[in-house]
Amino acid sequence: MMQSMKMAMKSIAGNKLRAFLTMLGIIIGVMALVILVSLVNGATGQVTDTISDLGSNLLTVSISDDKGQPLSLKEAEAFSEEAAIGQTAPYQSASVTGKFDSTNATVEVYGTTAAYSDIQQLSLLLGRFLKRSDVENSTFVCVLSESAATDIIGYTDCLGQQISLDGTKFTVVGVLEEDEDSLTAVFGSGSYVAYIPYTTLIRLSGELSSDVTKFYVSADTGSTMDQAEAAITEKLLERLEEDDDAFTVSSQDVLEGAMSSVTSILQILLGGIAGISLVVGGIGIMNIMLVTVTERTREIGIRKAIGASRAVILEQFLLEAVVLCMLGCGIGIFLSWGILRLVTAVVSGIGLSFSLQANVVWISVGFCFLIGVVFGLYPANKAAKMAPIDALHYGG
Amino acid sequence: MIDLKNVSKVYWMGHEAVHALDHASLHIDPGEFVSIIGPSGSGKSTLMNIIGCLDTADEGEYLLDGTPIEDYSENELARIRNRKIGFVFQSFNLIAKLTAQENVELPLIYQGVKRQERRERVEEALDRVHLMKRANHLPTELSGGQQQRVAIARAIATAPSLILGDEPTGNLDSKTTQEIMDIFHELHRQGNTIVLITHDPEVARQASRVIHIRDGHLTEVEP
Repeated sequence: MMQSMKMAMKSIAGNKLRAFLTMLGIIIGVMALVILVSLVNGATGQVTDTISDLGSNLLTVSISDDKGQPLSLKEAEAFSEEAAIGQTAPYQSASVTGKFDSTNATVEVYGTTAAYSDIQQLSLLLGRFLKRSDVENSTFVCVLSESAATDIIGYTDCLGQQISLDGTKFTVVGVLEEDEDSLTAVFGSGSYVAYIPYTTLIRLSGELSSDVTKFYVSADTGSTMDQAEAAITEKLLERLEEDDDAFTVSSQDVLEGAMSSVTSILQILLGGIAGISLVVGGIGIMNIMLVTVTERTREIGIRKAIGASRAVILEQFLLEAVVLCMLGCGIGIFLSWGILRLVTAVVSGIGLSFSLQANVVWISVGFCFLIGVVFGLYPANKAAKMAPIDALHYGG
Repeated sequence: MIDLKNVSKVYWMGHEAVHALDHASLHIDPGEFVSIIGPSGSGKSTLMNIIGCLDTADEGEYLLDGTPIEDYSENELARIRNRKIGFVFQSFNLIAKLTAQENVELPLIYQGVKRQERRERVEEALDRVHLMKRANHLPTELSGGQQQRVAIARAIATAPSLILGDEPTGNLDSKTTQEIMDIFHELHRQGNTIVLITHDPEVARQASRVIHIRDGHLTEVEP
């Protein structure tokens, strides 16, 4: 085996340019496979990281059919008494015109309760968040996002200023820290956000009813999201006449799951296309191996005359094909590594990072081996089957 | 040693049967130095292929070292060639990419001889043809005579029962021919069985026994 390996290496080294050209198909195929899959992996890794940063620690509940008995604010908040459930925060939102002095801007207003801040893990830059008393008394206070404060009022330190939302004056009691990873930053980036008491929003808006249709739920400390999800689902089924079509409970896990299934489909698709180019490379190997066998007919004859059996000749040529493939594979992986490093260096500015995926490396190594065997078998068998006398007298 | 009994081989050229060997019989004892001489087309090559186990006869019986060689599979024939027969060809038939030493080593690799023993036997064989100094040269870097000596070394490295030369001096000038023949004489003195196939009467005469082949028939030539 070692001897055959040496012979294979020697015969490949004997014709470097041809060996390189033969391997080129495999090299390109491997590079396509490794780079594409690694790129997809890197990009989706970034996206799923962002999604899970949004908080896989909250559930979104939305009620579509209240069976004629609307959920009240008190009821929604009472869910937090249940085991496994941490806090609940009902919310409604509306788009309004925010005005300060002569500055006008569209502001997304969320009417919610004090628990919202904890569930969404908002952090304050200045002042305070909404309080229970604000909700109970429907006070006209608001908490602004940092961009809303700086752009509409003109400066961040604006506690006590009065901002007009659709004509009603609100006192700014807090400014939130801009969190790049928050839900609003990802899905509503650039928009201005103001939080006001739930009850205040209902009172101001003619279109919104006081019925709670949407609220966030967090898990109790020591309970998992799954336990919280089970608990809230049970309570809602009880409340809504056991109709599980009347409401939905969704977590970020669902989003993550959908994302990862999309990306795995993408990976398989791209991997499949790259795999085809590998097969094409394999056909190139077979082509050259057939030429090699014909060229070396006489050598095969000599080897057979001095006692090489069919198996030995088969092994020699098969090994040569496999070694060619594996060399091509190695070069391809090395070049892919280089290119991924280069791409990472170029795009490092936007925080993406691409690395060689171990699994795709092993897959391409295995696939190349398989291609070497499959496409080497026919030429090697052709060599092994030659009759020694004919081969010996070939071409003179 | 070699026992051919009524061996025939027929080739078909279109619809015409050509009897390359026609009920040929031949007996060679161990330690003999035999030459087989005949013009081209006389069935020399066929005889050589059959004796060398590169081909099998259509009819008749061939015993090599008491072993009947017939109806063997290709792999069994390869084994017999490897262990019992050392070929020396007219066109040397060395593998161009391998050095002299590696060429001599090749049949030993196929035998599965261990590395250390292989090295010793290669050295010994090259020493017997006085080519130790050229062990690491490629065939293209050697003269015709030297290449043929490498081929002889390859043939004797496995210590075969029979050394079979197929016009081993056909491509060499007369001076080199004599050098090669001297090596064959030396091998003969050391007790090897040698069969040379040739069309050169000068070469044939040097053997202790000469056999004529013509139209597939063998006739002993009295010295």
